[in-house]
Amino acid sequence: METIVEIEHLKKSFGNKSVLKDINLKIKKGENLVIFGKSGSGKSVLIKCLIGLIEPDEGKVVLLDKDISELNDEELNILRKKVGFLFQSAALYDSMTVRENLEFPLRDLKLKPKEEIEALVTEALKNVGLEDAIDKMPSELSGGMRKRVGLARTLILKPEIILYDEPTTGLDPITSKEISKLILDVQKKYDTASIIITHDVECARITANNMIIIKEGICVAEGTFKELSESKDEWVSSFFK
Amino acid sequence: MSIDLKITNKAVIEENSKPSENSYAKAVKSFFEEVALLTKFTFRFFKVGIKPPYEFNELTKQSYLIGYKSFPLVAITGFIMGLVLTIQSRPTLAEFGAESWLPAMVAVSIVREIGPVITALIFAGKVGSGIGAELASMKVTEQIDAMEVSGINPFKYIVVTRVISATLMLPVLVIIADVIAIYGAYIGVNIKGDVSFHLFFLQVFGKLSFRDVFPAIIKTFFFGFAVGLIGCYKGYNSNKGTEGVGESANSAVVLGSLAVFILDMIAVQVTSLLN
Repeated sequence: METIVEIEHLKKSFGNKSVLKDINLKIKKGENLVIFGKSGSGKSVLIKCLIGLIEPDEGKVVLLDKDISELNDEELNILRKKVGFLFQSAALYDSMTVRENLEFPLRDLKLKPKEEIEALVTEALKNVGLEDAIDKMPSELSGGMRKRVGLARTLILKPEIILYDEPTTGLDPITSKEISKLILDVQKKYDTASIIITHDVECARITANNMIIIKEGICVAEGTFKELSESKDEWVSSFFK
Repeated sequence: MSIDLKITNKAVIEENSKPSENSYAKAVKSFFEEVALLTKFTFRFFKVGIKPPYEFNELTKQSYLIGYKSFPLVAITGFIMGLVLTIQSRPTLAEFGAESWLPAMVAVSIVREIGPVITALIFAGKVGSGIGAELASMKVTEQIDAMEVSGINPFKYIVVTRVISATLMLPVLVIIADVIAIYGAYIGVNIKGDVSFHLFFLQVFGKLSFRDVFPAIIKTFFFGFAVGLIGCYKGYNSNKGTEGVGESANSAVVLGSLAVFILDMIAVQVTSLLN
């Protein structure tokens, strides 16, 4: 299968604190990779480096055959349209309704004609089961609904890769399970590759094709959910208890 | 044991109360760093703002929010400004037998100085703090990052539109505030006197000239630009979580107001030189 994300020897420090020390990973088309690690181990920094929100100190990030360090702002913006990002807080625009949140990238970048945008918004909301919330403001939505709208906003651009930053954090177990299943449905329906950062074992069990565990900025374990959950290593197995 | 502790604490307090050379150096360094970053931010504004595409819809929306929504506050302030200035000036002018100069003196003061400066300060308080808090909150909740990953330039969409709106709307608000303040002055004059509306405005416009109005309006474009830019700079670069939201709003008002006074001082010097 075609490799669509490749990271080699990625390093990033903030002041004296070295957050990513040497990260290497590859993701193939249609694959879900779950990244596990303690808080502060550099997981969010890793995906922000991947999309160019944070500039790495060293190393190479190749996204859809393009080395992002060699791209100018315009080229990076074109590439970003092929990558979706679901933020931990969903990052919905507070001053816009759900409809406007979804329309915004398409309308602002003039990617589609007006009539088509309407149909796409309805389709994206239907995919996440929130057609009724179309005219609500983000402040009127629950945590789970906000995550779903965030995912719909990501899906509307039909990305080839989706990055999920702790998609189930702060949600009850039932909603977490629904979101995890939704991630799996999206992968199947759109054939997207995903990187999912999570602490939620159940979410990892449902969504992961492969997993890595990061400890102090280094990838310490790699394998399927089954392989890692049955690991004899005390530190690795502590995540699954 | 307690005596030792007291002595130790006293020594620590004395040590802490002495501003070390190091702290002065740090303060100077941080001041220059801030100036450099603000300058860089200003250059970025021009670089990004000039390039198409232009965000006309957002510019219109921001102009409505910044201009129209500030109108009631500016109108009330303007009215009180004119009324109070007239009431306070009357006794002094009456002492010199120059009460008939009251309309002209108040009008010139309002148009040349008080109107633009007071309105700009009110504007810095309302709009500058609003922009600072809004952008800082967008930064904290990752809305700015969300725009960036969608391929939208957040600087162009958020910063450029707000700064242009502030630059264009403040002069309009100042003109409105001046007109309302002069009307307030008319009411103030009539509290203890009887001057007809026609005579009052004859006296006002008899003394006001193009040289009073034009420089005063020109400087308000700079005031608006400074307030908008500082608000955006503080909010866009906020990085202290929710605590940073309040801090950004606060420093946007303080720095914005300071910038208004500094620019006013420069404008007065330039106007005197040109005159």
